Amino acid sequence: MAIVENLPSPTRERPIGFGRLKRKEDARFIRGKGTYLDDIRLPGMVHGAILRSPYAHAKIVSIDTSAALAHPGVAAVVTAKDLETLGLAWMPTISYDTQAVLAGDKVRFQGQEVAFVIATDEYTARDALALIDVEYEPLPAVVNARKALDPDAPLIRDDKEGQRDNLASPTWEAGDEEATDRAFAQADTVVTRDIIYPRCHPAPLETCGIIADFNPETGQLDIYNGNQAPNAHRTVYAHVAGLAEHMIRIRCNDIGGGFGNKVPVYPGYVCAIAGSIVAGVPVKWIEDRSENLMSTGFARDYVMHSEICAKDGKITGLRADVIADHGAFDSTAQPTKFPAGFFHICCGSYDLQAAHVRVKAVYTNKAPGGVAYRCSFRITEAVYLVERMVSALAIEMDVDPIELRMKSFIAPEQFPYETTTGWTYDSGNYAETMKVAMEIAGYDELRREQAEKRARGELMGIGVSFFTEGVGAGPRKHMDILGLAMNDGADLRVHPSGKAVVSISAQTQGQGHETTFAQIVAEELGIPPEDVQVRHGDTDRTPYGLGTYGSRSTPVSGAAVAVVSRRVRDRARLIAATMLETRAEDLAWEKGRWYVKGDPEQGALIEEIAQYAYSGNPMPEGMEGGLDAQVIYDPPNLTYPYGAYIAVVDIDPDTAAVKVRRFIAVDDCGVRINPMIVDGQIHGGLAEGIGIALMEVITFDEEGNCLNGSFMEYLIPTALECPDFELGETVTPCPHHPLGAKGVGESPNVGSPPAIVSAVIDALHESHGVDHIDMPCTPARVWAAMQGRPEPPQ
Amino acid sequence: MNVTISINGEPVSRDVEPRLLLVHFIRETPGLTGTHWGCDTSNCGACVVLMDGEPVKSCTILAAMCEGHEIRTVESLERDGQLDPVQEGFHEMHALHCGFCTPGMLMTGRALLDNNPDPSEEEIRTAISGAICRCTGYKNIVAAIRWAAEQRAADPVAEPASTQEI
Repeated sequence: MAIVENLPSPTRERPIGFGRLKRKEDARFIRGKGTYLDDIRLPGMVHGAILRSPYAHAKIVSIDTSAALAHPGVAAVVTAKDLETLGLAWMPTISYDTQAVLAGDKVRFQGQEVAFVIATDEYTARDALALIDVEYEPLPAVVNARKALDPDAPLIRDDKEGQRDNLASPTWEAGDEEATDRAFAQADTVVTRDIIYPRCHPAPLETCGIIADFNPETGQLDIYNGNQAPNAHRTVYAHVAGLAEHMIRIRCNDIGGGFGNKVPVYPGYVCAIAGSIVAGVPVKWIEDRSENLMSTGFARDYVMHSEICAKDGKITGLRADVIADHGAFDSTAQPTKFPAGFFHICCGSYDLQAAHVRVKAVYTNKAPGGVAYRCSFRITEAVYLVERMVSALAIEMDVDPIELRMKSFIAPEQFPYETTTGWTYDSGNYAETMKVAMEIAGYDELRREQAEKRARGELMGIGVSFFTEGVGAGPRKHMDILGLAMNDGADLRVHPSGKAVVSISAQTQGQGHETTFAQIVAEELGIPPEDVQVRHGDTDRTPYGLGTYGSRSTPVSGAAVAVVSRRVRDRARLIAATMLETRAEDLAWEKGRWYVKGDPEQGALIEEIAQYAYSGNPMPEGMEGGLDAQVIYDPPNLTYPYGAYIAVVDIDPDTAAVKVRRFIAVDDCGVRINPMIVDGQIHGGLAEGIGIALMEVITFDEEGNCLNGSFMEYLIPTALECPDFELGETVTPCPHHPLGAKGVGESPNVGSPPAIVSAVIDALHESHGVDHIDMPCTPARVWAAMQGRPEPPQ
Repeated sequence: MNVTISINGEPVSRDVEPRLLLVHFIRETPGLTGTHWGCDTSNCGACVVLMDGEPVKSCTILAAMCEGHEIRTVESLERDGQLDPVQEGFHEMHALHCGFCTPGMLMTGRALLDNNPDPSEEEIRTAISGAICRCTGYKNIVAAIRWAAEQRAADPVAEPASTQEI
């Protein structure tokens, strides 16, 4: 990409690909012309609705659908018995478990799918749900994950042969237990905490849904469905429904947010497909908000016991013993070899002597999931754990939390750095990023302000976190999901006029792919981003790849697009050599143009080369016409973005309400392709982090009734709960990514909750002796902590 | 029952069930799908439209209640190829990601500026606090509405500037 100096060519003014380019996709959205799932109406389409279990655990004695079937406008009522005849009663989860599509023998969580009604319209379908008579025989429910393995705990998964208890998968370990024991034996300070990362929910503003359109004449199944991994879904449907994969087409169109919630295949999807196959007409099913919150992929729900130790002022070791609550079916999103996802990245950003992690997964009578909520496979839980533990250690050692981190960071010269639990961090300069955050925050001044306020009895807290994430799954030698390598294709076609279409498998849910990926091609080929159309969201028109989650779009698909662009550029070079009657090795590249070394006036623009490539003129020997290429990118490693976050909170001493007054986020995600979009991603993730830290939680009563099944109880931050975020950046390029970029989307959600919770504790430690609080830090919970009670009453 | 509702200046008539929500009427009958539905409890604000100039959540109103009222949806903001400054502001300031909350936010922002052409950050935050955005963290939405206010303040007489190729 070097530009030769003193080049007289007008091409020097050609646009740079990277930068704050405003988004292409905005044009339709600001006019209300997006095409979300519910905006699609197909001729003859009917509507589905799902009857759900009112019980968390109950035997199904009988289901009587006759009254519903007799209701005007109802076309069909599907139950597990009907699905059994189609072989669709159970479906695989992404964790090699099975999940009931419709409950037949018993229900295992409140909100579980029991029957599927198909009717002329949505109102009628929902009316008919009330006419289905299901007789249940309630069973005791397992709600508390800590009690799931008690000998007298009721067996949830009696459908699984050989299952004798509620253990969901074999206990999984990482790190060196003996070396960790030694580190603790040698330590001078040890801190122990029980930390819960409670169940929360991605709750994208558009709920989940599908339109299934099976054509009995051709055998073609057309699916419209906002999901984050259309190609992988196609493969799953081929296996589940026994359909030929080449006869399935999935179109995503516009998706109203995902955040991990739209990764899995849900029972409603399978019901709609089955309904369309049987009825021969398109079936639309869209869940309501309560169905979304009560039955689709939740996040977190990790019960963690941890110890951290230090010697001579530096962090040396970490232990974690975790119970993972998977709900009734294990549908956690994780690569096959990592049953606890990437949780073992919990050694964080520190040069630890040793660490050891043990994760036990259990079934409970709660909704299945464990998918991410803007999180790369349990990294959020890992970061929360280590950052809370480090802050607790700082309190115990009576040192500033930044000072302890600074002393314990992995040093820049240690990269690539192999962690004690088996990760190879690619690049970093942690102390520098921490310093930038301190400068933006005015850290010393904040501490002075805090001291003054403390003296006046005011409650002000400052919380710090420093996270390292591993994103961009992943190398095929280490990672697959259901046997599918986590690699992404890219297909680039440069048309005769020099305009280009790049097809990708990554699936935007608002991340701005139509802009960012056009910018990558623009940067690499030197054509304007307006001349690059990004094609996505249609399995018939895109290459195979595993989709968008775990911040993998830029690390994997972004790299694929860079590589395919370079391949086109290399082809262009050979063609240019023929055009200019010279040898390819005598040509040099500047943005958008190959020219003759030593005679820069002699050159050919990409659009001229493209025109030539499709013309009747002779091609280089052995080369076919046209200017296009395709690749499949296998990332050599994950990318490891990191960041330093500082939260400033004020707590009302009378109401215990926590206000995040300031939030400083300094992210290092390597090279930024579109810094405007990167900043936007960080803003959004910070708001979610505030939600998780202060408001968002899914809880259950003792009988397994979900207590947060609507936005009346599942509280999402509004503009009033979010401060005017203060961002900063450092840029440490990723050494193995072709653009030097790392993923970023999830960093703010990962990094912000521990900063906020540590700030709450910082506000209350001196005055009220609070040294621990679990999320969400609601007024009731904070008030209880201020009174010396660790848990507020439910 | 038959109702006639003025939507974006056009009368729209249809036989409806008394329970039909305005949001569904708007989406189904004139087929204006820019107005979205996002929750069952009137918390999210994706369905905000203007009713006689005031922002309302169209999931809290029955179509049957709207006889004789003027409804304006997001599709009415652009006039004769000219975007509303609020629409421009959202593009300029990157105030949208997935776009699902955007129509409700735009209508809320428009209603605010109609009543208060020069709102402070705090006033904007309060005005949009009945609407949820899951993507942007609101910072750029606040900035976009300020942008629209400042553009109008800079040139109060002129029509909104040409939007080029947004």
